[in-house]
This record gives sequence, C-alpha cells and structure tokens, in this order.
Amino acid sequence: MNGKIHSIETFGTVDGPGIRFVVFMQGCTLKCKYCHNRDTWNTRGGKSISTDELIKEILKYKSYIDNSDGGVTVSGGEPLLQAAFVTELFKELKSRGIHTALDTSGSIPLSDNIKELLKYTDLVLLDIKHIKPEKCVDLTGFTNKNTLDFAKYLSNTNIPVWIRQVLVPTYTDDKFDLLELKKFINSLTNVEKIELLPYHNLGKFKWEELGDKYELENINPPTPEEIEKAKQLLEIE
Amino acid sequence: MRFEEWNNFNSGTWENEVNVRDFIQKNYTPYEGDASFLANATEKTTKLWEEVLELYKKERDAGGVLAISNDIASTISSHEAGYIDKNLEQIVGLQTEEPLKRAIMPNGGIRIVEKSCAAYDQKISDKLADIYHNYRRTHNDGVFTAYTPEIRAARSSHLITGLPDGYGRGRIIGDYRRVALYGVDFLIEEKKKDLESLAHSSITEELVRAREEHFDQISALEELKIMAKKYGFDISVPAKNAKEAVQWTYFGYLGAIKEQNGAAMSLGRVTSFLDIYFERDLKSGVLSEEDAQEIMDHFVMKLRMVRFLRTPEYDELFSGDPVWVTESIGGMGIDGRTLVTKNSFRVLHTLETLGPAPEPNLTVLWSTKLPKGFKNYCSKLSIKTSSIQYENDDLMREYWGDDYGIACCVSAMRIGKQMQFFGARANLAKTLLYAINGGRDEISGKQITSKTVPVTSEYLDYDEVWEKFEGMCDWVARVYINALNIIHYMHDKYCYEKLEMALHDKEILRTMACGIAGLSIVADSFSAMKYAKVKVIRDATGLAVDYKVEGDFPKYGNDDDRVDSIAVEIVKMFMNKLKQQPTYRNSKPTMSILTITSNVVYGKATGTTPDGRQAGQPFGPGANPIHGRDTHGALAVLNTMTKLPYKHAEDGISYTFAVVPKALGKDEKSRVNNLTALLDGYFSKFSHHINVNVFDRALLEDAMEHPEKYPQLTIRVSGYAVNFVKLTREQQLDVINRTIHESI
Repeated sequence: MNGKIHSIETFGTVDGPGIRFVVFMQGCTLKCKYCHNRDTWNTRGGKSISTDELIKEILKYKSYIDNSDGGVTVSGGEPLLQAAFVTELFKELKSRGIHTALDTSGSIPLSDNIKELLKYTDLVLLDIKHIKPEKCVDLTGFTNKNTLDFAKYLSNTNIPVWIRQVLVPTYTDDKFDLLELKKFINSLTNVEKIELLPYHNLGKFKWEELGDKYELENINPPTPEEIEKAKQLLEIE
Repeated sequence: MRFEEWNNFNSGTWENEVNVRDFIQKNYTPYEGDASFLANATEKTTKLWEEVLELYKKERDAGGVLAISNDIASTISSHEAGYIDKNLEQIVGLQTEEPLKRAIMPNGGIRIVEKSCAAYDQKISDKLADIYHNYRRTHNDGVFTAYTPEIRAARSSHLITGLPDGYGRGRIIGDYRRVALYGVDFLIEEKKKDLESLAHSSITEELVRAREEHFDQISALEELKIMAKKYGFDISVPAKNAKEAVQWTYFGYLGAIKEQNGAAMSLGRVTSFLDIYFERDLKSGVLSEEDAQEIMDHFVMKLRMVRFLRTPEYDELFSGDPVWVTESIGGMGIDGRTLVTKNSFRVLHTLETLGPAPEPNLTVLWSTKLPKGFKNYCSKLSIKTSSIQYENDDLMREYWGDDYGIACCVSAMRIGKQMQFFGARANLAKTLLYAINGGRDEISGKQITSKTVPVTSEYLDYDEVWEKFEGMCDWVARVYINALNIIHYMHDKYCYEKLEMALHDKEILRTMACGIAGLSIVADSFSAMKYAKVKVIRDATGLAVDYKVEGDFPKYGNDDDRVDSIAVEIVKMFMNKLKQQPTYRNSKPTMSILTITSNVVYGKATGTTPDGRQAGQPFGPGANPIHGRDTHGALAVLNTMTKLPYKHAEDGISYTFAVVPKALGKDEKSRVNNLTALLDGYFSKFSHHINVNVFDRALLEDAMEHPEKYPQLTIRVSGYAVNFVKLTREQQLDVINRTIHESI
C-alpha cells in the first residue's frame, strides 16, 4: 500500500522516547496559525511511498532505535487522514518488535479505520490545540470536540498518551484555560506525560514561500518565565 | 614475592618476566557502578591549576611559545629538575627546568629546529649549530641524501604530504607501566639477557643493528634513573604505592618526551593498570578518594603541559599545538570482564575538576558491553566538554587483544609489543587528477609522475578513468613506500627512540602505517561520472583544469550504496597496491583514513575535482564527506561510515561528528541516553571511530570574535582535540562550516 509523505527524519529525539525514525505525513485539515510545517497541509502534495520501501529504510536505523528504546513516530501533517496506510506500517513494525507512536491532533472523527490503527499504536502524542472550543476555532479553524472525544477513547481503551500543548503567548497561555486543560487531563487515566512546547517562529518562512500571510507576525516566543509559569499550572516538573 | 613493593598482589607469570597484561588480569577490579563515588578537586589542585592557567596565558601573550631551551640538545637527563610550584605538586617532572619552556631535539633535523627558533625570534647556541652542521648528521639530512627525484617531485607537488622526514615520526608507545611495576633495574636485567641472546654464530647486518639498539635501550634506562634522581626519586626499584606508581609511570613517559619530539607521543593504556595501586591503597586505608583524584588531577595537569617546538608550517598541518598524549580508557577483556575501573572514571573526571582540555587525548575504547554507568558518564562529559573520542573495542579486540592502546588518533597497537612506522598520507584526490592528466600537475602543469596517457574525451568515462586511476595508484603506492622506507631507515639510524623501545619486548610487530586523504572526493567524482555527466574543461596545453557536472548524482555520506560502495572499492584497491611493495624491516603495510587538520592544506594544494569541488576548497576531514554534502541526517552519514572496511584500513578510520545539544533530546537525561544509544548503534555495526562534538554554531562564532572568553573551549577535530581559540582563522571557519547536525 502507498501513502503520501512529506519527509522523514532519521534522528528524531523530541517526538517520543529514545531515538526515533519520524515519518511526516502529507496533508492536514487544520489551519493552525502557528503551524511550523505549513507545507504539509496540501492533501494533494507530497511524495508517494509504499510501506515496504519505508520499512526497508527504517530497518537501516534499527540498531539506533533498539539501543535507545526508541521507535518510529508518524507525525505530519495529520497521520489520521491516512489511517489505513499507517495501520499497515505499524502492523509490520510491531511484528518486528519496533515501538510505534502517533503524533496527532485527534481532530478527525473517530472511525473504524482509526480504531483499527490504534490497535497497533504503542503511544499517542496528542496535541490538544486548545481546551476552549471557541478559541480552538480561532486558532485552528475547527472546534476541539473530535480531539476531546479521541482523548476519552484513548483513555477508555488504555492506550498510553503524552499530552502536548503548544504555548503561544496571548493564544494558549491564559491561566484559566491552562487550569481547565489540566483538569481535563486529570479526568483521563492513561496520561504518562505532559509536554509543553514553546511556540517558535522558525516555520514562518514556509508560509511566506507559499505566499500566505503569517498571522502571528507580532507574537514572540514565550519567555523562560512564561514557560515556567505555564509548567507550574500544568504541574510539569 | 620478589619485591616487598608487590605485597598483596596476586601471583602470576608477571613476577618472573615482563608481562604487564598478566599483572593487570590477575589483579584488577572491574567497576560496574556509576560516577557517584567521585570526589571534587582538592584545594591544592585548584590552586595549582590556577597557576597553570596563568602560565597558559603568559604563553599565549608571548605569541604561543613562552621560552626555548636553546643551548641544550635535549636528552632524557639533560635538564635539571623543574617545578610549577613544588609545595603543591603531587606528581613532578617537566621537560625542561621551567614550565612550558620548550626543549630542542636536533637529532630529528637541525634546520627545523633553527626555523622554529627563528619563528619566535630566537636562535640556537653557536656550539649546537656547529655540532649539528659540521659533525653530526640528523634524520632530516639523512633522508635527503637518499631521496630519489620522483620522491622529491611527489613531495613538492603535495601528492604525498606530511611525511615525517623533517620531524620525529612519533606514534610509538613505550610501555611506561613497566617502570612502575618492575622498577628500572629489573628491566635492565631483562634487556641484558636479550642482548646476550642476540649473538648467533654469524653476525648479520640485522643482528648488528639489533645489538646496537639493545645497547642503546639499556643506556636509556640508566639515564632514566638519573633523571628521576634529580627529582629525588630512586626508580631502580618498583613503585610501592599509588602515588609512586603514577610518578614512576610518568617518569617513563617524561623520559620519552625529553628524548623525542615525535609527531604523536601517546601514553598508552595506563589508567586501569594504575587502578590496581589505587585499590590497594584505598583498601589499606592510606588513601582517600580525594587523595586518589588529586593524584590523577596532578598527573593529568602534567600531561596537559607537554610542549614541543615546532615550525609554523607544521602548525598549519596540525594546528593547535597537539602532542597526542593519547590515553586509551575502558574496553572489555577477552575473558568478558570489563576493563573499566574506578580510575577510568577519575581520568575522565579531570574534565570536570580541571575543566575541558584537548590533552591528554582521552580515548574511550567503546564496547556495547561496557557498564551502563560508564557509558552514560562518557556521554554526559561529551555533551558537556566535547573532549572525548570513541573507538570500537569490540572491533579492535579481535585484532589486537585486550591490552592495546591508541597512538595518535586512531592507530591501535599492542602495548610494548608493536610499533609503527608512521607514514602520513597520499592525496588520492590529486592522484585522480594526475590519472586524468597523464601525470601532470593540475596547478603547475609540470610532469610529476612518469608520463601516462591522459584522458582526451570531452566527457569522463567511468571505466576509462578508473583504469587510469588504478595505474596512477600503482605509481603513487610505489613512490610512497619508497619514501617511507628511506625515512624510517634514517630515523632508526639517526633518531632512534631508545627509551620508548627499551619499554618494548625484544621481538615486536612493525607496521608501515600509510594513509589516504580525499576519499570522499574520489568517491563522489566516480559517482558523478557514473550517475551524471562530467564535462572536462582544458586549458590551451590540454591540461584538464575544470569540470562541469551535468545532472545530479548520489553523494558519499548519505547511506547510499551506489556511491558508498565506490568508496569501499577505493580503500580496498589502494590497500592492495600498498601490500605489493617491499617494506623496510619487513614491516606490515597498513592504511588509515585520517587527515587530522591537514584537510584544509590538502584542499589548498589540489585543483578542481570532477565531483564539482572547487580548487582550494578543503577536503572533508578523515573519512568525512565534504562539508554540506551529507544531507540525509546524522544517522545516514554514520551508516556510511559503518561500511568502510577496517580490515583494509587497520591503521584507523576517523570520523568527526558534530551535533547541537538540542538535537540530542529535550533534557540532559534524554540527551545522555540518546548519545549512548547512538554510540552503541554506531559501534554495533563495526565502525571504527567517532569524534563527538556537542555545541551550537553560535558558540563557536562568538569564540572566534572573543577568544579571551573561551581559553578552555575544546573541540574534537580529526583524531584529536584542540583549543578552538588556538586554531588559525581559516581552520576555525572550516570547523564552523562543517555539517553540524540539527533538527527542528
């Protein structure tokens, strides 16, 4: 089976435990204002690749993955848009004893395809864009309903999750929002870790290359103090 | 026990014959724990180190050389005792009577000494000048009496460069541990027996030489005792405690560096040997962990102060004043026990107690089976200091057993049982250009090699060029080994390492350690011919001076078999050519893929190459790809390295790696784990060596502008470490332009 990917990273160390082979899928329906991979949105772009080819490539790095208790992370773009492809990939990886992680916003309606995929997923890196539905619409173009349903499903099926929250000053750093997020997280039973990802503008040039306006032009990355404050609210060490 | 100094040691054959390995195996204590037992620097240490830093500053302010001992031809015992601060020093001994004052060793070459002195506005005494110009031939003079016209041509056109014909060859490791374990008198007795045994009925030339060498070795050992006496020590007997064991071992090494200004003066593998003495003293309660660390700190301080007088040209090749006091640490024993001891931690810990430094050249012999605590401590220090290099013990143990050490950067040898004839390297990129141009130099236009048929077609044809390249390699290998045969004949004759060889067995293995530079360029050039089109641009005389590559081609360093396999072929092919040459003293030809920092100089001396590299542009260092061509990430380039066959490059394959801290992970713990995993993953695939650098480019840029802020900033280059601020500006830029792996 073939899927459409944007790119690969052979030495990923920030998307899941250990050293990870990261596959960035092509295509995303959200329109996050801070997106640093703007060039992954277009569902018709990307490069077609078969699971066999991808597996062959991944195996070249197996010694690094094994030694670090790492694995493969499928990110994007939105990997859930190509659930069948990712399922086939993960099935094959699991048969070879390789850890699988899905880096997703969970914003796609939960289908049987996605449920099937989750059977072969060891870890979900769940990016909750915003805990408030209306603010989520402003930030991404969609509400967070699907995401929260997805999170609850993961909790009910006991799939380990790392919650990720991008800290964007004036957008996601409101004290009460963060407390509400924390409350939601506390209602889940499967969260192993909360990761706060400070917003950065390194992806800005990609917007400009595509001739798009970058709306966060005037937003600076959070200061160390702002990061520390948010960490306290989310009770991150 | 024969000596009371050996009390509480376990018996073995080591008692009756020189056999340090047997002593280690019978007596050492493997350590499987972590770094938590380590002690901080003592007050004495901190104070003494501050004094050394002050001396460093004076040395820098004086233009790089503080003082020269210009009226004494240095020998093992030529200088009076010297101290930094006698009341503070736990371990004593300097090369001359003052710290950082450089000795001269004219046996290697009088002109080099004069040139070096002149570079710092000094000259040698008239008496020494008279002796060495009028009465005593040097190694350098000897070599040039015998060089052939073709060797001279190959040398001056930079086809073969860095030859040790004007300086000491180095890369010989005396087994300095023998001094501590046996005391010098025992060693003299054993050498006398060897000399007696060298008396067959017919005395051949070979035997005459062996007898003379043994005679000299014995006199060197006698001299070593005299030198130690000047510091108030009687080393005729074995060391009786840890402090003495370190002191005796250091005296052995100090004797060697007083006698020889070798290109690389490596220490060997002393750390775990010394641990046996530390353990004995810790057990009996006469020593605390603080004391042990203090002794190691003071020892390492001495090793950081080793200096040689060298010419500015030499510094251009090997910049930053390196001496390669390489110490090999860790590894596994052939019985499966780790050779990591607490002292392995202590020697690495000096990077924290004294801060980072390029010397000693700390070399960890990595095995996937090393204790986790030790691996993680190494990774932690690499991340913090960029001062450690790693070499594959699982690979080398099969070749060299479990008591080998690294000389210089990547040259493994059994300690006390093996030496090499250092041979610098042949420029294979230039060899390729000569193959295309029929042996004419692409820059001067001169005919350098014997005339061959040049390539005349508009586009380069892979098969035709490969055939011509092989033919040119035949010529280069022959002339190269000829040059080395002359060099090492003369070095043995005029500049013999009598002390270092006195700390070797009677029968030793000698290798003829050749090397190559420009591997990635040649591989990429053939890849361009095969997968793209390479158009030749010639000048009016028909000389190919430029190349135009039409289309894209696979590039070395991206884990692409199409081109990586070409690199492997080149290594095998050239090694086979070397093997076919007769060698001095029947030494075994070996080869390294190593450039040290000379990759910049090679680049300057080499015209445009068919891979699209422009004339003058630096080569990749060692086995590295050219800067910026490895575009597929850190692990892809590592995978390329794992394909190069150690079997055909037994003198070592050097790879230099740089990564920004963030790319290793989000926090210190995951960075340490990931670097450990990276090393395990890399070495489990039979690769040989890696220099690990962890820093941000911005840091280096700032250090270039404000060197005074970074006196101890250390980085790993090809096979050794340097103070970044001591590099020439050109080399600093070369380092900054290298691929530093990062991911967002």
